[in-house]
Amino acid sequence: MSLPYRTRVKRVALSAIPLLFCVAALLQWKIDAAAATISQANEELILQSPTAIKKLSMGYDALLGDIYWTRAVQYYGREVQKPNPDFHLLWPLLNVATTLDPKLEVAYHFGAIFLSETGHVGAGRTDLAVQLVKKGIAANPNLWQLGTDLGFLYYWRMKDYSDAAAAYLQTSRIPNSPPWIKMMAARVAQTGGSLETSQMIWQQIYASTKDPTVKKRAYEQLQGLRAQEDLIQLGNISEEYKKHFGHYPASEEELRAAGYLTGIPVDPAGFPYEIGPDGKGRFNSKTTFQMPPQPKVYSAPTAPHQTQAAPTTRTRVQ
Amino acid sequence: MNTLPGTVAVNTFREAVRDRVLYNLIFFALLMIGAAILVGQISIGIDRMVIINLGLSAISLIGLVMAIFIGVSLVSKEIEKRTLYSLLARPIHRWQFLAGKYAGLLLTLLVNTVFMAIGLAAALFYVGRPFVRGDATIVVAIYFILLELALVTALALLFSCYSSPMLSTLFTLGVYITGVFAQDIRRAGEISQSVAVEFVTRAIYYLVPNFHNFNVIAAAAHGEGVPFALIWQNTLYTAVYVTLVLLGATAVFSGRDLK
Amino acid sequence: MAAPIIEIEGLTKDYPSGFWRKRWKRSLDHLTLHVEDGEVFGFLGPNGAGKTTTLKLLMGLIFPTEGTARVRGRSIDDVSMHREIGYLPEHPYFYDYLTARELLDYYARFSEFSAAERHARVEKFLKRVGLGSAANVQLRKFSKGMLQRAGIAQAILHDPKVVFLDEPMSGLDPVGRREVRDIILELKNEGKTVFFSTHILSDAEMLCDRVGVLVGGKLQGVGPPREMVPVEVHSIEIVFELPDGRELPQRMAAQSTSIGGRYRLSVPEEDVYAVVDQLRIAQARILSMTQVRPTLEDYFIRLVGQERAATHEAEVALR
Repeated sequence: MSLPYRTRVKRVALSAIPLLFCVAALLQWKIDAAAATISQANEELILQSPTAIKKLSMGYDALLGDIYWTRAVQYYGREVQKPNPDFHLLWPLLNVATTLDPKLEVAYHFGAIFLSETGHVGAGRTDLAVQLVKKGIAANPNLWQLGTDLGFLYYWRMKDYSDAAAAYLQTSRIPNSPPWIKMMAARVAQTGGSLETSQMIWQQIYASTKDPTVKKRAYEQLQGLRAQEDLIQLGNISEEYKKHFGHYPASEEELRAAGYLTGIPVDPAGFPYEIGPDGKGRFNSKTTFQMPPQPKVYSAPTAPHQTQAAPTTRTRVQ
Repeated sequence: MNTLPGTVAVNTFREAVRDRVLYNLIFFALLMIGAAILVGQISIGIDRMVIINLGLSAISLIGLVMAIFIGVSLVSKEIEKRTLYSLLARPIHRWQFLAGKYAGLLLTLLVNTVFMAIGLAAALFYVGRPFVRGDATIVVAIYFILLELALVTALALLFSCYSSPMLSTLFTLGVYITGVFAQDIRRAGEISQSVAVEFVTRAIYYLVPNFHNFNVIAAAAHGEGVPFALIWQNTLYTAVYVTLVLLGATAVFSGRDLK
Repeated sequence: MAAPIIEIEGLTKDYPSGFWRKRWKRSLDHLTLHVEDGEVFGFLGPNGAGKTTTLKLLMGLIFPTEGTARVRGRSIDDVSMHREIGYLPEHPYFYDYLTARELLDYYARFSEFSAAERHARVEKFLKRVGLGSAANVQLRKFSKGMLQRAGIAQAILHDPKVVFLDEPMSGLDPVGRREVRDIILELKNEGKTVFFSTHILSDAEMLCDRVGVLVGGKLQGVGPPREMVPVEVHSIEIVFELPDGRELPQRMAAQSTSIGGRYRLSVPEEDVYAVVDQLRIAQARILSMTQVRPTLEDYFIRLVGQERAATHEAEVALR
């Protein structure tokens, strides 16, 4: 009893505290596992008004903006895995993030693609995507990447080729912008909607994006476009065959046997294409490849494409 | 209440009840629930969801304000007003005093939350939607709100032991906000390329009380269930953390000279 | 011989001071003091001497830098010691949202009484300090005097053996002071020990068995009030009147003071008879002759003056 009571109490308390922290950390770990199963729908977004949040953020705008951006990404990642995803919070999250930090280029870029994407991959709201990108351009007039995103949206989603061309042209005037933009403006104005132009646009997106999700999406789109091209090409070759033989070929095998193909063209999943009774190419009934949903307005393709062997002839269909 | 902490607790409760600010806060909460009814009527079909969402958020928010507002002066007021002098001259340990103040405020918050929950139930009845099975989650949500308040109160008490009410409010809010965003901070650290940042953010995550654990308001609004494991885990987590914080308060307060 | 009921040994308290809180200010310097059972002990000193510090140390509100103290054999670190003591703080504040009755009831709960006994005690002590009619009034409406009375009530309602009062008379009107004095005497008659601090010396003289004088954190002296004052040369004060037309001899007139026809003259003891004779010649009418003794106040003021001079010298030397 040499130490006063209060000192003993203090020592007991202080030595118990680190122990309890460890227990708490352990529990937290378990809680994380349990909570993951609930729709932690980030409806914790009690406030969805960007201006309100901006006022409340007391100057830590950029930090909060980053936080909202990370949440947007997490939200997307979680939703996209669900069988019936619902991306209705993607817009508010991206909107808030970019209001707090108008220089968040990645957010505008991400939003341009995934706000407008349809199917199970995006929110399907091109209007919001356009709104977001325009906001980004207004805040960052020297970022040509955003201008090309806008051009992409007009071209790909809205099939508005004149506006798309105008957007590309406008963007090409930004100092230090790469020369392909100007060329794209011209292409779109002349041959808007062509398969080749579409491929070029997605190619550009694929090459220039740093966002892995966007890159993946671009790759899928390019695959889809190639498949489309292949199908059309196959159809053309069938027509050739019919001219010669009087009927459509039954399969690719026949075309190869007749010397019209050197290899068996396959779709991106590796399944050979089929030829329908109408002579048009179509996907193998057993294929696992899924076409990304996309607008189907194509004029004549230009170069044929075969995956397995060197091309034999370059047929140009008038 | 025959124990010494119990005596202090009852007195703390009595003090809170006789303080007019409390009633303003409850009134405000009920107002918000009323507003929720109005908002709900604008959108057909989801009025129930809106009422639950807004109502539970209001209860949580008002509870939080109360816990902080009263909590930060629990100890500092007694020191400033010197009421503590004649109290500590009694055969009571300082930790018993702290325990009593804590229990008293907790009791106050419990009673208030129950009142507000009744208000919420009344609102639901008013819009003519009787209870469905999924509403068990509402009860869980309220329980979790209480757990959250227990934690915040403990923090406010801790800071009250050595800071002025204003500073204590800042500290408590700081810890609370960090706790709400702890997950995001940790993820931001994971995304960053720096190992040091990742380490620091992860340390923060495990040190700070993670208030996002307690938020099941969305699930309640959608009528989803909550895993039972989460209930007892959260309870245990709160118990452990509250003990930790109160021990800290004891350590701070036991050796402190009272001016 | 029974052990002292309060034993203070070398109690010291330093506070950090200065902007960086590196220097130490010693507000109590090795206080050693014993108080006997049943004594009324007065703790005297000017403001800032360390009286309240001493009481707070004894109550466990602040903690000593050095030294120990025991009350009824139990260390001040032991909270169970508080069962047998009562305390009235300086400038007491209480929970102003409680009524007087609720306040006493609250404090009574910290002692082990049955509910019935608790109620009885609360009523009894409300009456004893004169708050019976104000029992249901909230403390926020109380005057200073009433608060002081409530404070005394809470200090004694559990029948403590030792009662500690910090400036119990401060802020009270003469009626209130008399009441407190009476209560202290009652407590003494009940066999309790009373330890109180004050700077009203006349009260101390009247009430205390012993006093201790604290100046600048140091105990200057302890003992019965009468013995505190060193033996000095006594003088006699003579109050007299002069008939009309008569005048005093020059030297006498210079040494006396007069107010409205009455003269006061202090005379060393050995000169008394000579002076009386002169007054007889002057046909003065002697009204009273009393012995003048230096009071506790003189002693006190002298002590404080000494201490202040010493501090001042020390400060000058440091420069």
